[in-house]
Amino acid sequence: MKNIFQENGKGQGTFDTNLAARHRRGKFGEIVFRASTTIGIIALIVLILNIINSAFGYVAIENQIPPEDLAINGITIEKLHKTDLVYILKQNVSQGGGGLIRRFESEMTWEDRPREEVYDLVVERVVEPTVVDTWSLYDSLFNKDKIQAEMAADWPKATLEFESWLDYKFLVTPQSPDPEIAGVRTAILGSLWTIAITILFAFPLGVSAAIYLEEYAGDHFINRIIQTNINNLAGVPSIIYGMLGLAILVRTLEPITSGAAFGITDPTTANGRTILSAGVTLGLLVLPLIIINAQEAIKAVPNSLRQASYGMGATRWQTVWNHVLPNALPGILTGAILSISRAIGETAPLVVVGASTFITFDPNSPFSKFTTLPIQIWQWTARPQDEYRNIAAAAILVLLFLLLTLNAVAVILRNRYRKENI
Amino acid sequence: MTQTFQERSSTSQDDVLAGSYNRTKSLKKRRRWGEMFIQVVLFTSGLISILTTVGIAYELGKESLNFFTRQMWEQTNKTLQSSIDADQTEFDAGTSGFTLNPGDVIRVGDEAMEIQSVSQGVVSVERGAQDTAISSHPRGTEIFTSRRVSLVEFFTGTKWNPQIGQFGILPLLTSTLIVSTIAMLVSLPLGLSIAIYLSEYATDRARRLIKPVLEILSGIPTVVYGYFALTFMTPLLRAILGRDVVEVYNMASGGIVVGILIIPMVSSMSEDALSAVPRSLREAAYGMGATKLETALRVIVPAATSGIVAAFIVAVSRAIGETMIVALSVGAGPNFTFNPFRPAETMTGHIVRISGGDISYDSIDYNSIFAIGLFLFFVTLTLNIISQQVVKRFREVYE
Repeated sequence: MKNIFQENGKGQGTFDTNLAARHRRGKFGEIVFRASTTIGIIALIVLILNIINSAFGYVAIENQIPPEDLAINGITIEKLHKTDLVYILKQNVSQGGGGLIRRFESEMTWEDRPREEVYDLVVERVVEPTVVDTWSLYDSLFNKDKIQAEMAADWPKATLEFESWLDYKFLVTPQSPDPEIAGVRTAILGSLWTIAITILFAFPLGVSAAIYLEEYAGDHFINRIIQTNINNLAGVPSIIYGMLGLAILVRTLEPITSGAAFGITDPTTANGRTILSAGVTLGLLVLPLIIINAQEAIKAVPNSLRQASYGMGATRWQTVWNHVLPNALPGILTGAILSISRAIGETAPLVVVGASTFITFDPNSPFSKFTTLPIQIWQWTARPQDEYRNIAAAAILVLLFLLLTLNAVAVILRNRYRKENI
Repeated sequence: MTQTFQERSSTSQDDVLAGSYNRTKSLKKRRRWGEMFIQVVLFTSGLISILTTVGIAYELGKESLNFFTRQMWEQTNKTLQSSIDADQTEFDAGTSGFTLNPGDVIRVGDEAMEIQSVSQGVVSVERGAQDTAISSHPRGTEIFTSRRVSLVEFFTGTKWNPQIGQFGILPLLTSTLIVSTIAMLVSLPLGLSIAIYLSEYATDRARRLIKPVLEILSGIPTVVYGYFALTFMTPLLRAILGRDVVEVYNMASGGIVVGILIIPMVSSMSEDALSAVPRSLREAAYGMGATKLETALRVIVPAATSGIVAAFIVAVSRAIGETMIVALSVGAGPNFTFNPFRPAETMTGHIVRISGGDISYDSIDYNSIFAIGLFLFFVTLTLNIISQQVVKRFREVYE
């Protein structure tokens, strides 16, 4: 151990008697440490605010045909009868060859269609409101004058509306090339399907491996290799797992992962780039984390429980199943949930495995093509238009909410577990 | 300990309880097939992790081998000066263009040929090399020469563009290193300061408040950080340093945000190391009249060096492997530059960009990303192993 009195820059053996200076330096050090911590916290706050800033705010909306122009005999379209609305629709949409009208008719006859739906169609297809400019939440709250000045200068015909990019409609509408009506329904369902596969694959395997390593494995070289290997796997970059998934699951095991081996021929042929491949890839990714966490939980079970069980004549598996596992379960679940929430946020491996760039239909089996929330966020962020940034921010809020919920569950589990044991 | 209990429990106690005292009891350990089956199942689960590693090493290795042994045909700007028949082994290739050497494999039409000798543009060849079909070729057929990617070219070339036969990993490597260096410059001082604050200065209450915040920071998906880099850090840098200095896509903002991403990792691992230093050391230092700062920097930090160094190394490995932040904010094209404000592409960013969408198997792109992946895997694995060794070897153990 170095001697603090010999290292004050004034040569060896001297003793810095200037207490005031030393205390000043001490004070300064403390300020630096506090500031660093504050910077860390500020980074988090700025990150969150930056997202919220983009997810809400004023938008300038310009209508293709102002609704006033569509009024018949002075009655606005909000109050018009259904037949008049159908008339307006046919008048204005038929320019495109009438194919769209025929499609609407083939979906449902005008008689069966409720008035609200026809009204929505008129708004969507005839009035055609488009977002021409967007502002951040900060500007919307504090610089409204500036926004109105910009509006008057650039978009005199447009109207100003406060838009929450994150709303119920955003959650339930599928992906669309038009950012104003695009939603995350496909992405949420894709994420849930993928994670379900991940859990089914990684949880039983991970817990079994942890039980083996903690309860069965002796000091044998194979067991030591397994343990070292798991620790190293936890540090492998996630993109490498994506390449593993691409090479083995998507390519080599294509008959299985595409569902062909089970006689399922998806018309939208995904060539093995399916939910199943994605789920198993993420499963392999989180497996080391689940194992390590489960090992910690199993280690924490007091040895006296095991000894009591053996003393009663229980076999090793009976001991594990009846005593060790029930006691370790909350800890195992907490660790598993945290690992799974890591999997939910993973993007890179899924890009490599081959997430679809654009799908509008719901995934309906493990052999469907897929997209997930992070993939969606990535694609929207990568586009230069402002509206895409806005919906990317809204999608991030959905993702963070999902993760926060999962983490809250984990914390509750951990707390309950603590209470029971004290 | 458990072993003795296991043996005891396996003797046939059931018989004793059943009251069959008069029967001679075998004290031999009974085979329990169910138990053995379960043990085998559990062991197999443990083996999956080994299989994963083997799978990674095998697939990366196999495709990289394909990459380095792949035959690529390059233009020689030579054409056949006269038509050749199937049984002709000499032809005039002209003297212009690329120089052919004996031993080279060339391709004329669909047929590969191995050159035996060359004199003044007249080439003598062995026909039908590499099991290609021998056929006649008309005058003017283009001649291609074959080439393989050498390791030297891979590690020293300064241009990466597989489509036109440039395979130098340096531009990808330098940008990876620049981004990681910036990330470490951000995360090391901040992470270590936070760790010192938490372990030496913070009250219990502050610690309980700050640690969850850092945990949240580390739980946020990296794609969100990518969004943050692109929509906040880049505009901020451009506002501070000028729009003509900092480009829209640049290594600096990516690096800073990667740094923010790994702060929690550095701070929590370092804090674990600092907290593990026994209290007696602190008290001894205080007893000698050291101030809190002197105690922290000259006693506690040196005592925890192994843990802190391990944290740094793991953090470097994490920064090198980080993908989505760099994919979104650093750029989309390899660029050999040392200016952090210019766009470039890291190894991970390149893999993501190339593999997004339907990449066709066995194409040069497919093979090349596996070669990059193998290199990445090797680097990060080495760093992780070093970090584990540092902890093991240099840990100071206190009673």
